[in-house]
Amino acid sequence: MKKGTREFTNFLFVLPALIIFSVFYIYPFFKVFNLSMHSWNGIDPTMKFVGFAHFKEVIFDDKAWWSSMAQAGYITLWALTFQNFLALLLALACDRAIRAGSVYRVIFFLPPILSEIVVGLVWKWIYNGDFGLLNHWLSMVGLGYLARDWLSDSSTALTAIALVHCWKGFGWAFIILLAGLQTIPRQLYEAATVDGADALKRFTNVTVPMMIPVFVLVVILTILGTMQGFALILAMTRGGPAGHTEVPVIRILFSMIKYRRFGYACCQALIFGFILVCISFMLNRVSKFFKQA
Amino acid sequence: MNRLNKIFINTVIHSFLIFVGLICIFPLLWMLASALKTQQTVFKDMSLLVNSPCWSNFYIAWTKGNFSMYFFNSVLYALSVVFGIVFISSLAAYAFSRLKFPGKNFIFYMFLAAMMIPLPGSFVPLYVLLVKLGLANTRTGYIFSMINVGLALSIYLLKTFFDKLPRDLEDSARIDGCGRLRIWWNVALPMAKPAIAVVTIFNTLNVWNEYILALIILQSKSIMPLQKGLMVFQGAHFTEYPVLMAGITITIIPIVFIYLFMQKFIIKGLTAEVLLG
Repeated sequence: MKKGTREFTNFLFVLPALIIFSVFYIYPFFKVFNLSMHSWNGIDPTMKFVGFAHFKEVIFDDKAWWSSMAQAGYITLWALTFQNFLALLLALACDRAIRAGSVYRVIFFLPPILSEIVVGLVWKWIYNGDFGLLNHWLSMVGLGYLARDWLSDSSTALTAIALVHCWKGFGWAFIILLAGLQTIPRQLYEAATVDGADALKRFTNVTVPMMIPVFVLVVILTILGTMQGFALILAMTRGGPAGHTEVPVIRILFSMIKYRRFGYACCQALIFGFILVCISFMLNRVSKFFKQA
Repeated sequence: MNRLNKIFINTVIHSFLIFVGLICIFPLLWMLASALKTQQTVFKDMSLLVNSPCWSNFYIAWTKGNFSMYFFNSVLYALSVVFGIVFISSLAAYAFSRLKFPGKNFIFYMFLAAMMIPLPGSFVPLYVLLVKLGLANTRTGYIFSMINVGLALSIYLLKTFFDKLPRDLEDSARIDGCGRLRIWWNVALPMAKPAIAVVTIFNTLNVWNEYILALIILQSKSIMPLQKGLMVFQGAHFTEYPVLMAGITITIIPIVFIYLFMQKFIIKGLTAEVLLG
């Protein structure tokens, strides 16, 4: 066989993957840029070119958009602090080679494998104002005055969602942190013990420096994952009460299916994607700085 | 003293772990308990252990709630998407690892880049595309979109696995006169079983739990998978908690079983995804 024919038949191996990728990934990727400059309701045969008008509207006039961004940021803060701190504590506990460690691992990783819809609907029932388990328990321990309709009350809805997000997410952070902890050579700990380091010293002088790349990784993935999360919220509140639990992807979805502004939805998606790329770029710089130090 | 100290510390650690473990499992037990109560008792009876379990909720969900249909659809999507991904990605990964062709590195890095660039809201242009192709609200449209979702990570996983495999067997097969396609099928694929298992399990979970594309692409009830079916059901019958909880239980039973028996593969898939991110 000639070299040319051979290389062509080799290329046929990747062709199916390349076709699907081009049609379902690359084409939509570039279509976003085109659509974002047009005003279109998704049905009309023609769309109107509006230039950068959508960008101007999103950045300067769309208050709901920026508050959705702030709300996603609020959930992300909970995930970064509460969820990841809990995950680290549990990973440290399980890393001590205690008995039944793998049983805990199986249980902690159960919430992450469930879908956001399932988790959202089950917790919605627990938070229910009239018949929910949470209010029942509160009144049982004499805290009945705290009872409320947790997801309809604008002062509690977002925090209630953030806590469920942490419930679903901590097992995931736990698995990554535990995998990181287990790559630290045991000799380092032994050497530190011989040198007279106590448990706290071993943690700050051995564990923390060795774990910094893993910490950075978990922080990056938590931020990117939480900012883009939305299915949990759709299942629990659909963005309500009065937009208090909306996050950017829900705004994009509503622009598309509720207000039927396809071009505007694409523009929001572009701006959000740009912000996420900037965040991950910045965090990567930070992690490089840590690696050098 | 030292020993007592150790026992004390271990007790504290275990109680903490058990406490968190209970918080993990409790909502699921509560879901199951609610699924076994009747429409009347579910609002009054707050016990976790149900005295006279009412199994008919499962029957109602399965028949009147259309969950048999949604279940069938989810199984169909999981099977066809995972089959498509394994077939297409193992062909491509084998070529990326073993064969020579122009543009090889460029195409491979394109797949890698696709995994790293966040694309929120890509469902909008995808929907526009599917409408153009006449694939909106069809099983085909959903299946191909989902194959695309899992493709890049699977290619990466399989390619790195092929890279580590010895080439001796393939070489001797070539000397025996096997073509590339037969070597891929008869030699490379059987050796890659562990990696294919990871790809299969990980993508099965992904497809089973997927919601947003199902929401955008599939409007007819008869072709909806479970996740969308659940949302449709709770929108229409939001007070029928026992039946809803039975529906959720039906939805998660296969996933929980797959997880309990195959957790090794799931965690491997997850670590691969994380390392790339």
